[in-house]
Amino acid sequence: MRSMLQALREGLARTRQAAFGRIAQLLGATEITPALWEELEAALIQADVGVRVAQELLDRLRERVRREGVTRAEDLRAMLKAELRALLKDPPPLNLGRDPLEVVLVVGVNGSGKTTTVAKLAHRFRQQGRRVLLAAADTFRAAAGEQLEIWADRAGVPCIGGQPGADPGAVLFDALQAARARGYDLVLADTAGRLHTKYNLMQELQKVRRVAAKAVPGAPHEVWLVLDATTGQNALPQAREFHQAVGVTGLILTKLDGTAKGGAVFAIARELGLPVRFVGVGEGLEDLLPFDADAFVEELFEDATGSPA
Amino acid sequence: MFEGLTQKFQQIFDRLGRRGVLTEADVDAALREIRLALLEADVHYTVVRDFLARVRERAVGAEVLRSLTPAQQVVKIVYEELVKTLGSPAPLHLAGSPPHGVMLVGLQGSGKTTTAAKLALRMRKAGQRPLLVAADVYRPAAIDQLELLGKQLNIPVYREGPEANPVDIARRAMRFARDHGHTLVILDTAGRLHIDEEMMAELEAIRAAIRPEEILLVVDAMTGQDAVRAAEAFHRRLSLTGLILTKLDGDARGGAAISIRAVTGVPIKFIGVGEKPDQLEPFQPERLASRILGMGDVLALIERA
Ligand SMILES: Nc1nc2c(ncn2[C@@H]2O[C@H](COP(=O)(O)OP(=O)(O)OP(=O)(O)O)[C@@H](O)[C@H]2O)c(=O)[nH]1
Ligand SMILES: Nc1nc2c(ncn2[C@@H]2O[C@H](COP(=O)(O)OP(=O)(O)OP(=O)(O)O)[C@@H](O)[C@H]2O)c(=O)[nH]1
Ligand SMILES: [Mg+2]
Ligand SMILES: [Mg+2]
Repeated sequence: MRSMLQALREGLARTRQAAFGRIAQLLGATEITPALWEELEAALIQADVGVRVAQELLDRLRERVRREGVTRAEDLRAMLKAELRALLKDPPPLNLGRDPLEVVLVVGVNGSGKTTTVAKLAHRFRQQGRRVLLAAADTFRAAAGEQLEIWADRAGVPCIGGQPGADPGAVLFDALQAARARGYDLVLADTAGRLHTKYNLMQELQKVRRVAAKAVPGAPHEVWLVLDATTGQNALPQAREFHQAVGVTGLILTKLDGTAKGGAVFAIARELGLPVRFVGVGEGLEDLLPFDADAFVEELFEDATGSPA
Repeated sequence: MFEGLTQKFQQIFDRLGRRGVLTEADVDAALREIRLALLEADVHYTVVRDFLARVRERAVGAEVLRSLTPAQQVVKIVYEELVKTLGSPAPLHLAGSPPHGVMLVGLQGSGKTTTAAKLALRMRKAGQRPLLVAADVYRPAAIDQLELLGKQLNIPVYREGPEANPVDIARRAMRFARDHGHTLVILDTAGRLHIDEEMMAELEAIRAAIRPEEILLVVDAMTGQDAVRAAEAFHRRLSLTGLILTKLDGDARGGAAISIRAVTGVPIKFIGVGEKPDQLEPFQPERLASRILGMGDVLALIERA
């Protein structure tokens, strides 16, 4: 199985250059200068880390540089990486693999990659020997059910859906009943995309959660928020609102195969303590990998220009 | 949000006191806050830098209007520059003889398919006879999605089997439109990454085959710093003619619009404000500028000045 770092570096033609390497070249020196601080800030903000978190990190670094007498740019770089890494605390193990029937709810804003991710998860868990069933609880978006059905076929798992416009809670309920009756042990529920600012739609999601809790003891075992790595500062309010509404337990960061870095997860980790569980690195069933915090931090400072060589 | 920003300004300027013209110190103090606001709105790092340099040049030494405080004066200049950067609203440009081709392109999940249907509805109301074309043969059920939307709106959808190639589909759709009296052909293309060489080449081939009058980049308003890179790449390959910004019904500030305008210069044509087919609106630079700055009411105040 390929690693996350490999996945991020392989594939589409791109030329890469370490931003830090470039900084060192530009400065032609290894000392810590005001220009270096500025470059660090630029790198952090351009990775969507956000001004506040970037400022905090740099303040802490300045303090450490003063206290610890650091003078070499290279050491500063290592310190920044360590600080970033420390923001991404190591998560507890998944709350899966204990109960006879387990439920994972997949939520997020429109177009972030939920349906595709549900398919990838089905594939992954199935390979681990789980008996997976999909619930197509997006009855709103045009052809959302058809989309998940095609994916279910590809992943070789059954999919329970409802009529367009049907109550998503009722669809999930049916899926849970079917799973129990037919001996499945993991239900992955795809839900309709919704902006976190829409009160009614967030309430609907709460209802879906309640249905799961009522039908299956301990459900939902995990609630995963799918975030598009291309998203900027809006990722934090998204995480806040979804967490408040349905108790998110983990993040899945999609579209990391592009040039966006997904730095917004640092602010989410810092404020809400939510771990990233998986990353999406493409549009195929295999393109979901466990999150590797070291690789993620390493990659934050790689410059993928994407210009064909 | 706005309150926060103005209050901060007010404090800065209260300390400085009222003066006839804006000094460097006045302006720099204010611009530090503006910089924060723009970065938090997802305007690109270097675009912010260039923008602020332009504002600074205009602001230092500027006369403070009698009716305004120095804080308001700086905000007024920033706001005016933002509106200018966002550009004038532009309708679809449909020249020559019908059928006119409109191609929607963009990253995965930005809202192309939904926007294709919205645009078709809007243009039908404007007297066109639109044809929707399903040229995304990759995403599972992408064709069904467009077909369902077309059915809901009673707008015909041109589709072929999933084994057809998008370039051929586009070419044959144009012929179909000509034969059936459609005046407008709206092409829904598959989402793709700007660094995906093969997929980008496909768009170039479609463009060469049908010579559309509009090539519109559909951008998610929640996009962060990467917007610049993606838009630049799409523009370099396709010579975009416009932008559509989607999902503005949320609370994203939409600063990516500034970044994309700065790197491509193409006009913003419409904004998406919901999932329903009638939730597409003409772009209004003043409203988006206020939103990006995170300021509502002060602008009304300034406008009266
Ligand atoms: N490049 C890339 N594309 C992805 C990834 N994950 C999803 N996509 C694409 O993103 C687009 C949207 O994915 P969906 O799974 O339909 O997203 P969704 O969140 O279910 O969308 P809604 O249900 O409409 O809210 C599709 O074109 C997917 O193929 C990823 O990791 N990388
Ligand atoms: N709230 C809101 N949702 C929108 C808007 N425009 C599109 N969407 C939603 O965003 C999601 C993705 O829209 P699509 O039209 O499928 O996006 P796409 O660009 O065609 O996606 P791919 O074909 O996979 O690249 C869907 O859930 C749409 O309903 C908008 O203006 N507001
Ligand atoms: Mg979906
Ligand atoms: Mg589409």
